[in-house]
Amino acid sequence: MSHTFTLDGKTIPFEPGETILQAAGRAGVYIPHLCYHPEFKPHGSCKLCTVKINGRQTASCTMRAMVGMVVESETEEINAERRALTQMLFVEGNHFCPSCEKSGNCQLQATAYHLGMMSPHYDHFYPNRPVDASHPDVLLDFNRCILCSLCVRASRDVDGKNVFALSGRGIKTHLIVNAKSGRLADTDFTLGDKAAQVCPVGVILKKRQGFAVPIGERTYDKAPIGETLAEGK
Amino acid sequence: MTYQLETAQHPETLRRVAIDPVSRVEGHGKVTILLDDQNKVHQVRLHIVEFRGFEKFIQGRPYWEVPVMVQRLCGICPVSHHLAASKALDVIVGAKKLTPAAEKLRRLMHYGQMLQSHALHFFHLCSPDLLFGFDSDVTKRNIVGVAMAHPETAKRGVLLRKFGQEVIRVTAGKRVHGTGAVPGGVNKSLTVAERDELLKDIYHIIQWSREAVHLIQKVHTQDPGLYNSFGIFRSNFMSLVGHNGDLDFYHGTLRARDDNGGMIFDHVDYQNYNQVIEEEVRSWSYMKFPFIKSIGKEHGWYKVGPLARVQNCDQISTPFAEHERKEFVDYAGGTPMHAPLAFHWTRMIEMLHAAEVIKELLHDDDLLSKDLMVQGERQMEGVGVIEAPRGTLFHHYQVDENDVVTMANLIVSTTNNNQAMNEAIRHVARRYLHGREVTEGLLNHIEVAIRAFDPCLSCATHALGKMPLQVELVDAEGAQIHALSRE
Repeated sequence: MSHTFTLDGKTIPFEPGETILQAAGRAGVYIPHLCYHPEFKPHGSCKLCTVKINGRQTASCTMRAMVGMVVESETEEINAERRALTQMLFVEGNHFCPSCEKSGNCQLQATAYHLGMMSPHYDHFYPNRPVDASHPDVLLDFNRCILCSLCVRASRDVDGKNVFALSGRGIKTHLIVNAKSGRLADTDFTLGDKAAQVCPVGVILKKRQGFAVPIGERTYDKAPIGETLAEGK
Repeated sequence: MTYQLETAQHPETLRRVAIDPVSRVEGHGKVTILLDDQNKVHQVRLHIVEFRGFEKFIQGRPYWEVPVMVQRLCGICPVSHHLAASKALDVIVGAKKLTPAAEKLRRLMHYGQMLQSHALHFFHLCSPDLLFGFDSDVTKRNIVGVAMAHPETAKRGVLLRKFGQEVIRVTAGKRVHGTGAVPGGVNKSLTVAERDELLKDIYHIIQWSREAVHLIQKVHTQDPGLYNSFGIFRSNFMSLVGHNGDLDFYHGTLRARDDNGGMIFDHVDYQNYNQVIEEEVRSWSYMKFPFIKSIGKEHGWYKVGPLARVQNCDQISTPFAEHERKEFVDYAGGTPMHAPLAFHWTRMIEMLHAAEVIKELLHDDDLLSKDLMVQGERQMEGVGVIEAPRGTLFHHYQVDENDVVTMANLIVSTTNNNQAMNEAIRHVARRYLHGREVTEGLLNHIEVAIRAFDPCLSCATHALGKMPLQVELVDAEGAQIHALSRE
């Protein structure tokens, strides 16, 4: 018996043990996501990859594919919820795309475009989050953190440094730097760390590089996120 | 050079007329006029009622973000802020001299902006007054009226602006709010296709610009009684002047002349601008009043912008614009022209010069070079100055050792013209309103004087065409006696 399930009516093959998101990615079908990264264990926290299976909602990055599953993803109902989640991410932080150097290379911005988000819809929180510019090579702009925890996982699981952690609970959850001073300069973080490469938004930035790539040549100028990330990369 | 009519002796006894907002200018401002029972004018003020906090919220941000962030001050000439900030940050990153390609690409971007902004101002905002008359039928005194009566003129205005916007797009990535300039250089050069597309149109752009100069020259010289005296006041001039005293919008040293054309200072490195310029705060406006330090605040204020630049330079490097400059200087009779309406004439000379410079640059293969960036010894402080369409623009930053901005000071072009605009409207109020019944047409005279300076009142908002205008006459007790409004 072949290992397949259907996603929005399309037959998707999978290897036993694969998640729905992984199998869809291999088949070239994009399911929106922010906290998932193919090199890390799924986290299941952003909920952008939510799909409906046999009438029940679940995160496709953590749900293993099973033979005969009927999965819905690109429906108006699910995309409306994804859009609302994205809008909440925008208002919880300070995301000013017009002057953000990650603009055009930002997964949050690209996802918002993909989902047809035309406004933040909710009132902005305008949190006060000063930047950490203490490190000689890297700037941390906490204003844009969406709590995907990719840097936490990369620093812990790949770099073996535990430079980052999520602290606080619920709406007060925030990214911290694992140093007594709380400053990145007081850690052994380097530009070569995996954690320096995985931020999907504009929090962990190589200094003095902003806007070096002209408009038209940025990642999502060339192709929208649905095409760029279909392979889950 | 007095502040006559700035502050009335007994304002509580006077009626207040407000032009709020001033229309067909960039941004939001208002004019208040205090009149007595015989409609005699006692006080006239141009107020800038918007407050922008850019100097404050830049603090704490990484310096490389600044050229992209500060251009959001304005939707009309964001390139000016983009480039002035980039020039200041060139100093911070130790880029003492840019590569030839980077400098020429920035210059191309800036001259494209000068062309589009001057075209927008002349054709869209001012031509209704100049072609139909200041108190002509208000329902036709707008760009739609111009398009109906003078379709070719209106069309050229649109296409001249479009060409300038295209120059900006190919150099900055977008027509408005691009990212072309970065500290130490630029992030892109031109492709052969982009250059050739512009070259295809540049010759008729130059021709149309020449004809625009001739149009305003004709309008001006046909009615010298009005154009040479309307809103007139004498003042100093200030601008950047380029190499050999050339007219230069992108780079140079500061030069100021007195009202007779005598030199006040020259060859001043703008890194030391605060040794020659100081700013005064007055309680009734969010806009500061800069003045030349050596003369003092009472008499040290000055004009900037096209009228200052064209008369401050020794020559213009391009032939057609230089010919027109000489015509203008000859008409002025060898003495500085102070009439505010002469701004229009000089603005069109500048638009012609911008078009000619764009043509020269498009024939320069450096625009195709990939040698775009330099850097050197890191500095903690830098000043960038540029001649924006509306006049001299100063950006001054301090950046700490962690690359974060700790101080920003901006003196925007319109700020430099603050006292000058106030003087112009006081002159107009005295001459046209004094002792007469206030009408929409008479109030438009005040606005005509303001528009001559092409102010960007908040340097932020885009007020194209006719904005809603409300005028109220209120007696000393605050009761409304008369009101005029237009939607």
